[in-house]
Amino acid sequence: MTTNQTASHSLVLSRPLPAIYRWLGDKIFLTVAVTLGLSIIFLAGAMAWVLINDGSLAFREFGVIGFLTGTTWDPGVNFTFGALPFIFGTVVTSVVALALAFFPAVAVAIVIAEYAYGWLAKIIETLVHLIAAIPSVVVGIWGIFVFAPWMREKVYMPIFMWAAESQPSLLPILGNPIGYGMTTATIILALMIVPFTTALTRNAIRQVPKEQREAARALGATRWEVIRMAVLPYARGGILAGAILSLGRAVGETMAVAMLIGNKNTFPFSIMGPAATMPSVIINEFREAVGNLHLSSLMAIGLVLFVIAIVVNLIAAYITRKLAITGGQGI
Amino acid sequence: MKTLRQRNIRDYIMVSLLVLSTVLVLTPLIIIIGYVIINGLGAISIDFFTQELGSPARAMQGRPTGLVHSILGTLVVDTIGVILAIPIGVGAGIMLSEYPEHKLNPLLRVLNDTLNGMPAILKGLLAFAIIVRPMGTFSGLAGGVALAFVMIPIIARATESALLTIPWSIREAGLAIGLPRWRVVMSTIVPAARTGLITGFLIAFARAAGEAAPLMFTSFGNNYLPTHWTGMIFGPVDTLPQRLYSLAISPYAEWHTMGWAAGIVLLVFVVALFTGAQLLTRQKAL
Repeated sequence: MTTNQTASHSLVLSRPLPAIYRWLGDKIFLTVAVTLGLSIIFLAGAMAWVLINDGSLAFREFGVIGFLTGTTWDPGVNFTFGALPFIFGTVVTSVVALALAFFPAVAVAIVIAEYAYGWLAKIIETLVHLIAAIPSVVVGIWGIFVFAPWMREKVYMPIFMWAAESQPSLLPILGNPIGYGMTTATIILALMIVPFTTALTRNAIRQVPKEQREAARALGATRWEVIRMAVLPYARGGILAGAILSLGRAVGETMAVAMLIGNKNTFPFSIMGPAATMPSVIINEFREAVGNLHLSSLMAIGLVLFVIAIVVNLIAAYITRKLAITGGQGI
Repeated sequence: MKTLRQRNIRDYIMVSLLVLSTVLVLTPLIIIIGYVIINGLGAISIDFFTQELGSPARAMQGRPTGLVHSILGTLVVDTIGVILAIPIGVGAGIMLSEYPEHKLNPLLRVLNDTLNGMPAILKGLLAFAIIVRPMGTFSGLAGGVALAFVMIPIIARATESALLTIPWSIREAGLAIGLPRWRVVMSTIVPAARTGLITGFLIAFARAAGEAAPLMFTSFGNNYLPTHWTGMIFGPVDTLPQRLYSLAISPYAEWHTMGWAAGIVLLVFVVALFTGAQLLTRQKAL
């Protein structure tokens, strides 16, 4: 209808907008938004391409299986590169860190969501978010100068002395009690992923309908029974997805681990002794790497990290969608 | 069948365990912040904010050293990151929330979440490959790009959720009075959601400002102020998180002390951003 050229004008628009303006404006706006959105898709693609392209030299040289299972990392003399020590270090530290962090993190989420009402819940939640806000390097400097020396004096040395006296066969498993090593890094890692697990568990618990709780209360359940029988089963999908996303965090955590794990590139790793992870070896060696093969091997390790991160995220997304309880968004 | 008494005791035990876990989680936070404040305040001085670092000898001979170049570098690199990340993140967020019918939307959402979960160090490797290598030099620009990669997925997600909190009826009202779709978004939805948008920016910025991993091989680090300000953008430049790491793993006691000072400055900076975001969220709830 184009008969309103002289008729009453709207209060909002003194002049009717020409159709071309509306059509063109919408087209341009949509194009801009989609282009910006596409740049994210492009970014993900570029990351995959760069890592594959740059890592291909190492994979060609040692073979994919050979690179993934090789245990020698020698950038100095023989230029032989195998990623197994770092894959092992990453998997062990992150899985153990998740195991350490999981129950306390879920407990905090339950306290925030079900027990502490009002201001107390708000304070606890803010403090937990604050843990996530502390930069990784700040945790790292505390770890280097306070936590690792404390662990050496109070934990590792007594255990080491005890083992040296009565169980010498344990010594190779325990390793050097220098303070910087797998256990120290794992504990710090656990501390750092707690906020993510807590936030995601909190989100999952928030989705549980109030009626669930009320029904259980009406049947005479105690407070803990309400949580165990009505809340946790309902939220378990979200909690599981949250745990997996937290594992992804732990796998990618770089600086604090690089500062505390002691950076030993060769097997055997031991419980207390130094080790290395995939991010830590990239941080330590990428700046100094000169040989093409060395650089390419570090990029190839980056590719392994990339694949692990994708798999972890897709599994979490799948669980979230399958159980459709919470929006699996990271922080 | 358990008696009520047994069930109440069990209830009591579980409450105690939950409270114990909460204390266990929060104690390290207080310890870490306490150590950073005590050691950091002791290490901070006027020189810290006015002098550049120089060689290790400078600190060992007791000449004045500081991290002014790192602080300025952080501001430059973070600003570049924010300038790059906000348009892309907001654009993608608008696409996610306002055009749910678009075919690429599900793919974008999955990839955005995946990118968000990607280790920051990989974003550094990407920036190294696409900026540092073609330019032939480490640069503040590359560092800013790497930080933008960290911020973009967070901003996109935050924008999407902020825009989705605006009821759909507002959009319909706008369309009903004859506004084109883009005017509905830009004149009603985005202004209405601006608190949420700014909160998202602050959270993304706080996260990126503390990152050292993506900067190690993009902005690289520099013990001195560049002779000209453009050196901050086109040459290797220092940033606080990356300098903190270098100081902490250095063998010099004077540098360790300076590391604590860098720690408290970084912590205050990040916590201020974080608190700003929290306050805005609370304001919105009122």
